[in-house]
Parts: sequence; C-alpha cells; structure tokens
Amino acid sequence: MNSVRSGSHPVRLEQDVVLARQAVRKLAQECGLRLVDQTKLVTAVSELARNTVVYGGGGEMDWEVLEDGPRKGIRLVFRDEGPGIADLKLALTDGWTSGGGLGLGLTGARRLVDEFDIASTPGVGTRVTIVRWN
Amino acid sequence: MTNLNHRTVDALRINHGELLRNWAADMEANTSQAALKAGELQQQMTEFLRLFVRGVEAGSPGSLATGEWSEMRHFLEKLSYNWAVMGVDSQETAAFIFSLKRPVMVLLQREFGDEALFFVEQLWVVSEFIDVLAMHTISTFQKSREAVIKRQQEELLELSTPVVKLWDGILALPMIGTLDSQRTQVVMESLLQRIVDTGSQIAIIDIIGVPTVDTLVAQHLLKTVTAIRLMGADCIISGVRPQIAQTIVHLGLDLQGIVTKANLADALALALARTGLSVGRAS
Ligand SMILES: Nc1ncnc2c1ncn2[C@@H]1O[C@H](COP(=O)(O)OP(=O)(O)OP(=O)(O)O)[C@@H](O)[C@H]1O
Ligand SMILES: [Mg+2]
Repeated sequence: MNSVRSGSHPVRLEQDVVLARQAVRKLAQECGLRLVDQTKLVTAVSELARNTVVYGGGGEMDWEVLEDGPRKGIRLVFRDEGPGIADLKLALTDGWTSGGGLGLGLTGARRLVDEFDIASTPGVGTRVTIVRWN
Repeated sequence: MTNLNHRTVDALRINHGELLRNWAADMEANTSQAALKAGELQQQMTEFLRLFVRGVEAGSPGSLATGEWSEMRHFLEKLSYNWAVMGVDSQETAAFIFSLKRPVMVLLQREFGDEALFFVEQLWVVSEFIDVLAMHTISTFQKSREAVIKRQQEELLELSTPVVKLWDGILALPMIGTLDSQRTQVVMESLLQRIVDTGSQIAIIDIIGVPTVDTLVAQHLLKTVTAIRLMGADCIISGVRPQIAQTIVHLGLDLQGIVTKANLADALALALARTGLSVGRAS
C-alpha cells in the first residue's frame, strides 16, 4: 500500500467544517469513488470535523490518497489537543451525547467508512482515523 | 525572559530615528502593502517604535499585561483589528513586526560588533521581545478576522430563504446550501411565521439543494418538523436523493415517521391529495 499524496487542513471554526467537506469531496472524486460513496465519506467528515471543532476545541485534518494495487482510497485523520474522551465505549454508543446532539456522529461515521479507529487520552486529545476505498 | 542591558536600551533610544528610517526602507522594498497608504504605515511605525523604546526601558514584555507594555498591547490590538477590517493579510501583518529585526541587528552590530558575546546575547533578547509582540499581533489579527467573517455571515443571513406559497394552504421551503445552525434557525423561524400568517396546513421542506445531510442538519429538520406539528400543521420533506437516503440509513438517523419524497412534484401531489384536492386534465 502506497501513499500517493497527502496534506493537511485546519479544523478550527464551524467554517472549516464546510471547507473540509469540500476538500474531501474533491479528493473522493479524484479517487473515482461512486457518488453514494462520496456522499458517505463526506458525511463522515462532517461529523468528525464538527466534533473536532465543538468538543476538541479545534485541530487538524490530515488527508492521504492511498494506492493498493488497482484500488485507490483516502485516509483521513482528525486530531485535536482537546479534553479527550474519558469513556470511549460510552462515546461509541448510538444515541449517547454529552452536548445535546443526537449522539450518532461517531457511530454513524464508523458505519459510513471501511476502516475506523479512535484513540483518545483525557487531557491530551483525540485522534480519529478513517479510510474509505473505491 | 531576561531584560535588555541598559547599553542596548540606550542604543535603541538614541538611534531610534535611524532605526525608523532603515525599517521604513526595508518595508518599502519588501512588501506590497497594497491595502495600506504609505502615510498611514509610516505613522504606525513611528508609534510602534516609540512604544517599543518605552517598553524596553521598563523591562521585558512578559505577557504584555503590565505597566509600560500594556500601551503597546492596546496599540497592537487596534492595529491588527484595523488591518483585518481593511483586508490586509496575515502575512503582511506579521512582516510588519518581524521586519524590525534586521534594522535592529544592523544597529546592534555597529554598536557592539566587537563584543561578540554581548552582541549575540542582546540580539537574542531583542529578537525574543519582537517575537512576543508579533505573536500577540497575529493572534488578535486572527480573532479580528474571524469577527469580520462572522459579521459578513450574519449579513448574508438576512437575505434569508424564501418561503413559497404553492397552493392555498401549502407552503414550500426550498433549502439551498449549507445548513449551518444559524441559518437554519432563521429559516425555520420564517417558515413557522408564514404558516401562521397564511393559515397553511402543509409545509414542504425541499432539501435537493443541501449537499450534506449529517446529524446536525437532521437535528434541525427534526426540530422544525416537531414545531410545525405542534402548530397543528403537517410537514413533508422532499428532494431526498438516493445517495442521501442511503447515507441517512447508515448514519442511523430515525426520521420518526416523517413523510419524505424524492422530489417536489411528488410532495405537492401528496399535499394536494391531503387537502382534498386533485389535479386532472381539462377535457
Ligand atoms: N474530538 C472530541 N473530543 C472530545 N470529546 C469528543 C470528541 N468527539 C466526540 N466526543 C464526545 O463523544 C460524544 C459522542 O460524539 P458523537 O459525535 O457521536 O455525538 P454528538 O456530537 O454528541 O452528537 P451528534 O449526533 O450531533 O454528532 C460527544 O457528545 C462528546 O462528548
Ligand atoms: Mg458529533
């Protein structure tokens, strides 16, 4: 598996959530993702980027275009240095929210992508990695 | 942070006219300053240097919170605010302060060049001072610019989304673009108001122009639908494209018995039927 291209976007303001979505939509099109898969990936980005802004106090989205033989994919890492998540199992429960949301962002995002990984340390920050293949 | 040696402070004060000239020459050579008038820039540089010399006489800037440096802080905050509003970019704003380093170095080199250790040490301290000032300027510049963007967004909001009367008792709300929370709030309020004003029984919210339906958008839609129902009216969501429908399912959203239609025409047909109307070909 090779990394073809990579880059990074700031995710600090509500505004950046929109920009992150647009950037990923463009990458997804370039990787030949079908429309429905583009939509799924972009929606996952919307959830994770908003969490980064709202709960993580802002951070970065790193992107990477992957190649594995004939397959192309996109890996995205959302990282922040916010308060972190004390109970990951709880945070990954459908419908659980600490902030008056629907509590479906993390679990929904996980269902929308091919690979999902979350690491979080209270007081240090949170890092969510997703991959979507075409 | 250490203080500057009094010899350095003296050198800065005595030569501050020369510093200003060299700094101005550098600025002119290196930056476009398209948004700034030359006279205005000159004035800011003069004021900056005056406050800088006053500051270093008192000691290190620390967090710019106290004493002689607080006037400098106010000056920098005002400057970055004004520049943000005028559309000067962040690079130019940073360059304004960092570009003082070279003329300061030239001056210290001339004064203390034969005391290498002293020269390097003092240069380091001045350099740290300038960094503190630049950091503060950039961070207030950033905040000011965010405030400007926010104001522009709010101005845009007032353009609002039209609520269209499709038929007696049937309103449609075509939503276009990003449903960030503020705009959705405004749109929802104007829809509710129009339902009251027109005594409508059915509202159709069309989301064909909404590129992403995520949990936040869904939450806004659910709240709107609930409010409409509380007012005794009914709601149909139209423009649910296939890819959006699939994504909603994976997200795990439960649209709680909300009637959805693929397009506005189907939604209108349903709304007409519900109000007891039918459309037929005139024979
Ligand atoms: N980056 C983060 N830093 C700290 N806490 C987080 C972060 N991301 C998520 N959380 C915590 O996990 C909880 C669940 O997140 P999730 O996105 O699933 O739901 P939500 O944001 O509360 O609601 P929504 O359905 O609108 O996304 C959040 O309420 C928050 O407490
Ligand atoms: Mg969320």
